[in-house]
Amino acid sequence: MRLDLRQYAKPLAESALSVLIGVAVGTLLVILAGYSPVVFFKALFGGAFRSRNAFLDTLSYMVPLTLTAISFAVAARASVFNIGAEGQMYVGALVANAIGVVALPNGVHQVVAILAAFLAGGLWGWIAGILKAKRQVNEVVSTIMLNWLAFYLVNYVATYHLYDPKAPYKTEYVRETARLPELIPRTSLTLDWVLTILIAFLMFFLVWKTSLGYEIRATGINPTAAEYGGVDPSKVISISMFLSGGAGGLAGAFLVLGRFGFITTTLTNILNWGFDGIAVSLVGRNHPIGILFSALFFALLYNGALEVQVATATGGKTGVPIELVLAVMGIIVIAVAVPGLWDMVQERLLLRRKRVEVREEAAGTVGGE
Amino acid sequence: MQVAELLRFLLYPTFYAGMLRMMVPITLGAVGEIISERSGVVNIGLEGIMMLGALVSTYVGHFTGSMVLAMVSGLVVGLAAGFLHAGIAVNLAGDQIIDGVGLNLFAVGIGEVLLYLTWGSFATSPQLPPEVRVPSIHGFSPFVVLTLLVAAATWVVVEKTRWGLRLKAVGEDPVAAEAAGIDVFKVRTIATVVGSLLTASAGVFLSLDWLGAYTKNISAGRGFIALALVVFSRWNPLTALLGGLIFGFLFQLSQSIPSGVVPDQILWALPYLVTLLISAGFLAKARPPGAVGRPYKRV
Repeated sequence: MRLDLRQYAKPLAESALSVLIGVAVGTLLVILAGYSPVVFFKALFGGAFRSRNAFLDTLSYMVPLTLTAISFAVAARASVFNIGAEGQMYVGALVANAIGVVALPNGVHQVVAILAAFLAGGLWGWIAGILKAKRQVNEVVSTIMLNWLAFYLVNYVATYHLYDPKAPYKTEYVRETARLPELIPRTSLTLDWVLTILIAFLMFFLVWKTSLGYEIRATGINPTAAEYGGVDPSKVISISMFLSGGAGGLAGAFLVLGRFGFITTTLTNILNWGFDGIAVSLVGRNHPIGILFSALFFALLYNGALEVQVATATGGKTGVPIELVLAVMGIIVIAVAVPGLWDMVQERLLLRRKRVEVREEAAGTVGGE
Repeated sequence: MQVAELLRFLLYPTFYAGMLRMMVPITLGAVGEIISERSGVVNIGLEGIMMLGALVSTYVGHFTGSMVLAMVSGLVVGLAAGFLHAGIAVNLAGDQIIDGVGLNLFAVGIGEVLLYLTWGSFATSPQLPPEVRVPSIHGFSPFVVLTLLVAAATWVVVEKTRWGLRLKAVGEDPVAAEAAGIDVFKVRTIATVVGSLLTASAGVFLSLDWLGAYTKNISAGRGFIALALVVFSRWNPLTALLGGLIFGFLFQLSQSIPSGVVPDQILWALPYLVTLLISAGFLAKARPPGAVGRPYKRV
């Protein structure tokens, strides 16, 4: 089978263009706020490469970005708009934390915590799926409400039950037996990075190589036609939302078992990864391989933005906060939504080329006289 | 006895003034979205539009000291967001959901960045001076009256005028509407922009009237609650007003029950839980406009 690379060229160009627009708007904002664009760019794109640890840290940011993007993408393949990865991640983090503090043998402990977080996130996603399938509840509304409910649920449990008596602003540390082993000692790059890559390939296999995946895609393209073809769309929608939620839950579990070991009671250390995943998935065209590359790019951007915050805080000025990434991601998502973005640009370029030709011809005539 | 003591707040007018305040943003957003959806265009960006309306009006109010300028600039944001969404979802026949999600992300990010860079705080701007704030009348907000009028006027226009008929025709069956000589693109663009404008006015209310400042996550999900309210109301502005009152009551209740009785988190989560339950319980039989969410392309 020959792989026709040209079919990937246009989506790639459109994603790249959207990213370019987002970064351009971000740069404009930074310039308007009175900062040097040179300092900004150097920090933004150099941040991840300033040291070995910064680079490994960047790689580890791929974990939550990839998993929450997969949470968006699996549902999106069934034409379900899951913006609930945020809440699914909270629930997964909570369950992993709760299991992480009990006594279990190393090896078993991680597996139990990860599986439980997958199930909890899956259940959280499934609620939105079943509401859509059985009661026609718009999933955008239900997943946002479930995000808020998850926030207050975790906030409640962390404040009243799982808090660390020595430091009540956060939950108890998970035990060493529940922590994921470090791939490279004393860095934030842990085993979850490998697991995440595997999960991305698993999604590819599931969606493109199994009959369930076929049903998911068929429902996504045309639910009525799928139903006539013997697919039960309401079953497919709830299953895909369960799997999506599971991926979101894993994102939370890996943040707790890998990077942090705890959650702050107001969730500040795990906020926003779920929303970031939407942009990651859209730029990666809701495809697991695209998502891996897109996650790597956004991880670079994220680490770069941390560096920007430091680099721009000189001479008594306040640094540009990391939230700039959210604004840039927003612009990127809006740009992705513009249909035929690449065609428009191409048309303009071609048009200009034609105009130049005409002008040259005219000039030629003039010159010939 | 004890319960009566706990529910004492129900006896005071401040509770009802608060409830009416709570009603305003979600109802304005919902009525705006009803206009938009009746023409067949969904706008998921309500939350972001509310935030940006609140942010810009706070900014302009803070630096110019003029209430009128602050209000107008907040509404201009609504116009701009409306034309952006109409451009993508109507003129280019693109996906109606994605850009709205982008706008929501952008609004959260830019709000935080500007709050921090301008006032050095991630939580809130300084309080606006009194001359910029919308004055309340005997403790009641003039926006309450505005909301009642907007809901009633929208109902009249949608149900009783030629314009409303055209709006509904475009939302139900754009092909037939076009065959009858209606400019589908024009109607959808106007409806989207008007909807966005009303949502931005909800944002202006949040900053200039209610809170007198811009605070982190100022809309707190109200844009999405407005979306739920649209379906709850079955696309009827008057029912949306009624639903807005119910939500307003619940929001105010969740803030009025004295703390310590039940954990705060349960009270704070209540409005979102109720939104979810109401969506699940009441919406099963609701039928959206025929062509809602579907881009229209001329063949």
